[in-house]
Amino acid sequence: MTWTTLTALLSHWRRNGLQFFALISGLALATALWSGVQAINAEARASYDAAAATLGEGQFGQLLPRTGNRIDQATYIALRRSGWQVSPVLEGRIDTTQGRVRIVGLDPLTAPGNVAPVGMQEGTSLDDFLTRGVLFAATDVADQLENAVSQRIVTDPSAAPGVALTDIGVAQDLLDAQGTLSRLILAPEQPMGRPDLAGITPDLVLQPAQDAGADRLTDSFHLNLTAFGLLSFAVGIFIVHGTISLAFEQRRGMVRTLRALGVPLGRLIGLMIAELVLFALIAGAIGVALGYVIAAVLLPNVAATLQGLYGASVAGTLQLRAEWWLSGMAIAVVGTGLAAAGALWKIAHMPLLSSARPRAWAVASGATARRLGAVAGLLFLVGVGIEIRGKGLALGFVLLACMLIGAALLLPLVLRGAVTLADRQARSVVWQWFWADTRQQVPGMSLALMALLLATAANVGVTTMVSSFRVTFVDFLDQRLAPELFISAEDAAQSPDLEAFLIDNAREVLPLLSVETEIAGVPSDLFGARVGPTYRNNWVFVAETPEVWDRVARGEAAVVSEQLARRAGLWTGDAVAVAPGLSLPIAAVVADYGNPLGQALIDEAVFSDLYPDRVPTRFGVRTDDAAGLREKLVERVGLSDAAIIDQARIKAFSLEVFERTFTVTGALNVLTLAVAAFAILMSLLTLASLRVPQLAPAWALGMTRRRLGRLELLRAVVLAFVTTVLAIPLGLLLAWVLLSYVNVEAFGWKLPMYVFPGHYALLTVFALLAAALAALWPALRLARTPPSDLLKVFANDR
Amino acid sequence: MMLTVQDVTKTFAGGEGDLPVLRGVSLSLDRNETLALTGESGSGKSTLLHLIGGLDTVGSGAIEIDGHDITKMTDSDRAALRRTDVGVIFQQFNLIPSLTVAANMAFQARLAGRYDADQAARMSDALGLTPHLDKYPEALSGGQQQRVAIGRTLVARPKLVLADEPTGNLDEATARQVLDQMLDLVTETGAALLMVTHSQSVARRMKRQVHLSQGRVA
Repeated sequence: MTWTTLTALLSHWRRNGLQFFALISGLALATALWSGVQAINAEARASYDAAAATLGEGQFGQLLPRTGNRIDQATYIALRRSGWQVSPVLEGRIDTTQGRVRIVGLDPLTAPGNVAPVGMQEGTSLDDFLTRGVLFAATDVADQLENAVSQRIVTDPSAAPGVALTDIGVAQDLLDAQGTLSRLILAPEQPMGRPDLAGITPDLVLQPAQDAGADRLTDSFHLNLTAFGLLSFAVGIFIVHGTISLAFEQRRGMVRTLRALGVPLGRLIGLMIAELVLFALIAGAIGVALGYVIAAVLLPNVAATLQGLYGASVAGTLQLRAEWWLSGMAIAVVGTGLAAAGALWKIAHMPLLSSARPRAWAVASGATARRLGAVAGLLFLVGVGIEIRGKGLALGFVLLACMLIGAALLLPLVLRGAVTLADRQARSVVWQWFWADTRQQVPGMSLALMALLLATAANVGVTTMVSSFRVTFVDFLDQRLAPELFISAEDAAQSPDLEAFLIDNAREVLPLLSVETEIAGVPSDLFGARVGPTYRNNWVFVAETPEVWDRVARGEAAVVSEQLARRAGLWTGDAVAVAPGLSLPIAAVVADYGNPLGQALIDEAVFSDLYPDRVPTRFGVRTDDAAGLREKLVERVGLSDAAIIDQARIKAFSLEVFERTFTVTGALNVLTLAVAAFAILMSLLTLASLRVPQLAPAWALGMTRRRLGRLELLRAVVLAFVTTVLAIPLGLLLAWVLLSYVNVEAFGWKLPMYVFPGHYALLTVFALLAAALAALWPALRLARTPPSDLLKVFANDR
Repeated sequence: MMLTVQDVTKTFAGGEGDLPVLRGVSLSLDRNETLALTGESGSGKSTLLHLIGGLDTVGSGAIEIDGHDITKMTDSDRAALRRTDVGVIFQQFNLIPSLTVAANMAFQARLAGRYDADQAARMSDALGLTPHLDKYPEALSGGQQQRVAIGRTLVARPKLVLADEPTGNLDEATARQVLDQMLDLVTETGAALLMVTHSQSVARRMKRQVHLSQGRVA
């Protein structure tokens, strides 16, 4: 019985190939978008983990040189002898024919915890590492080093990207840095009663473990990607839901017959579930494979983005990871379950003697639309409640979900309203029929149109957010990169002479003095600023008090970045402890986009009092003759070209990094819209067979098939237009939540929102074009429906 | 006795209160016997047929098929009975549109686990369906579809055949032809037949007739 029943169920799909294609491809596309994004996330996370495991970056406190970038090896020995549990690290870059490679030298005997090459933990001889000289690197770096070093290279796929690890002695040889170190890693457990650090060496500063800062930011980036993945998956699920609902609707007759012939309901439902799970697995496998392709295409941009914005290294190649294969398959099965739950419930509760005719799609009542509208209203209320009272990133996404789902549920009601309004204006009988028929089609097309609504709204929302970010960022660059040139001294010793030369030859010199510290519990950079016309004329504040710069110049106040202010819960007028023993009132809060750390700015003199040994080695220079000054610096001071950077280059680089960040976003936008167009195509194609009985009477009464086809096309475009018009305000609302709520929660800053009517108009045209293209084929098929098929509608024996 | 219906009632809930459709119907049917259930529209003929087929549940009373009271059976047991002992022929044919004529005819016998290819071939010959075995139902006329439905039921060799106006949708000549074939095959398989019809000419072809009026045997 089981096999016979399953054969009957499967025969439906064999006879309805298009429906089967819609189901499989819808689910595969949804899974592809989801798993593609997850693959990118998983790959990026794995890269961080590898970096953290091998380098110990951020996990442990470190001792760094107060000035310069080298520590004498004797200092390390003195610390060890006095009881300090420290481990040496030497870092530097070597040139190869294929570019530069970062060499990290470690001492595995003293390194704490898991700070060691991963490959070595799996059995490579410690003797080899210490005595013969072995370098551990990922395949690409190993290839790069092949002819550049004489030591043996061990390929370790889990090594951090762009890095080769080796013993500290080998690193000193390779980097020609005998007797020097870059930094010292502090073991988490230190012996009691060890002498004070300053007593042994005053030249080192302690940088505490920073496990949170960069993680939070990269997590935010991943969160955004995951949100996109979910949104795309939701669009895909709308397609699957639509297809399954239609298929089950069309199989009502078969279900009734099977039950009448003696197939128990439980067995029937079980077989239908098995059938769907089988399809989900097939579609899931296709989707995961497609997702791999999407991820492989997008990953280089993601890697560049994370590296540029946050300094996190991500390998630019993709590995097949079991977890995202499994998660992709799981999400396909869960998604199918979600999409099919309603249809299965209906079948389970359908009386055996109920009508076998497909009805729900064609005659869903206005009452259903009103019920959905009521649920939408409830969701909007929850959203408003969250906006007023809620806090936290998770609630931000709940707010987004409430808005998006609410709007989708409201759509049928709004479409019915719009069509009824148009119907009232119709004068000719054809148009009256057209609008009445369109109203009847709304339930059948609702799911596809909901998918279009979500895709278009997401597109509007994300584009508004990205473009607002871009406008603000360019303004920010103009503000922060006002100096025409940025000049680096070769070392601290050269700095005073260089500064004196610049003061004589430039309009204004801005020393770039900074120290990494922790302010109000937030890892931050503290800057010492020489307050002058550049700061006064170019800096625009998010919030300010009167006479900001005068007060800063007098050493009476500080300016802090928005991230620092928000994370520390501070604002203008509050006091902030910029250093031990020094609290200053906040005179202004300045926007600082894309920086992982907090920032605080105080007067140069106050900074020098706090850090007398800090000497500026970089200067921003205001000049009317950038080229002339560059020439003088090279010829008279002997600076290399590389030490002089002009503002245009930095701006171009910064903008390039920024553009890369959102290439991923743009690509996902296009894909999501394409999936929505696919949803419309599939629902129109699957509805086409149901349309024949509805259109046959109009044809019999004198309307040509060609005209009916044209009206079908127009109907799709009209419904898509109303949907897109609704999607624009929804998208703007989405952008507002992203910029004013989610962004603050995830990144710590709020962005001004800009509106881009030109883009929205273009998007409307694209959406209509997509809908028209999707409707073209079904309309053509309808226009070419043979009269014999139309006549069957009136046959007595039908 | 193949079928015994005792004092069966059935009431449907309606917009204007409960609507009694059957008010204590009793009848019986022996093996190899044919019985026509007649009556005007709304008299409860189809409802009684659905109750006998276990497609719906009685309000009160008892229905015994081959000695088993189906009113005391679970839904699943009634489904098993339909698979093995009872065949239902519907007015609307209720074929599976995605299966070929051959697969439709074999379907119920396969569900019952007693499909006999030779018998199915004889049946399709007898019903004139052999040239159409590879076609799908949509390609057949109404008369041909009804023959497939009859074939589907009889290939499974049920003890009791229930037919709900099987010729109601057919023209007079086709209806006569289909009825002849059905009666011949029922006789051949030794099944009992209960047929709902509002046609007196069809009813006269049965051994016995029971007339229902306003939910009662008249």
